[in-house]
Amino acid sequence: MPKIIVEVMLKPEILDPQGQAVAAALPRLGFTFAQSVRQGKRFEIEVVGEPTPAMLADVERAAEEFLANTVIESFVVKVEE
Amino acid sequence: MRIGVVTFPGTLDDRDAARAVEYAGAEAVSLWHGSDDLKHVDAVVLPGGFSYGDYLRCGAISAKAPIMKSIVVAAEHGFPVLGICNGFQVLAEAHLLPGALTRNADLHFLCTDQTLKIENNKTLWTSGFDAGQEIVIPMKNMEGNFNCDDATLHELESEGRVIARYVGANPNGSRAAIAGITNKRGNVVGLMPHPEHAIDLLTGPSKDGLTFFTSVLNAMVK
Repeated sequence: MPKIIVEVMLKPEILDPQGQAVAAALPRLGFTFAQSVRQGKRFEIEVVGEPTPAMLADVERAAEEFLANTVIESFVVKVEE
Repeated sequence: MRIGVVTFPGTLDDRDAARAVEYAGAEAVSLWHGSDDLKHVDAVVLPGGFSYGDYLRCGAISAKAPIMKSIVVAAEHGFPVLGICNGFQVLAEAHLLPGALTRNADLHFLCTDQTLKIENNKTLWTSGFDAGQEIVIPMKNMEGNFNCDDATLHELESEGRVIARYVGANPNGSRAAIAGITNKRGNVVGLMPHPEHAIDLLTGPSKDGLTFFTSVLNAMVK
């Protein structure tokens, strides 16, 4: 079943204390690769039938109005087979 | 005068808000999130809590509730609305107020008696305070960090729409130590700390919070 994915991230200028806390914990576990961490959200939306341009436009609108708060967050919409 | 208090699933402070309304001398009317009926109230309080378990974002799902559709329309015509804590988050998510409330900068849940400076005593909800008055009311939140872009901050500051600021160390990282703001018209106010918990010395650190409720009462009676 095809899925539409919406990924939401805090805008770069918005402080992400959760991401910072994760970044601070990684070295304590012996993982030294991280310069910084930003934490976001991923929505996996199962859809009926093949995603159409109209459906994707609706998802964009839902992301703009509801799934993301564009005052502080940005989002991307993609299709996953 | 009738003041509505909205209950969403997960609201905690509706009882205290209703009690504060009655202490101020108004009739408290319970409003339910799932109905669009404002029951002919003269003003409305969106109380604190964890509506919808803070799912998605604090206040995001509540902002789309049927009662909010009615409140948004009424607020645009000057209807008085006070959002406290989660209620402030709902008002921001409903775009009745600018900006957004994000995670406290230090990731700690705050629970403290907080000193505030009243910066704007011209709104319907703050008219009973003296300009620059300092008050002490409880604060308890995880997402109280007020964020907005530079243009919005400039607009808020230049139009005097910051109604209260934190005094002393900034408790949650809010821009410009903002604790509360109002819309252009001064009828919609959002405040992160809790005036409804500071109306009686038996249960609160002061009675300072009561003035928010008596302010709107006096403003409406005039």
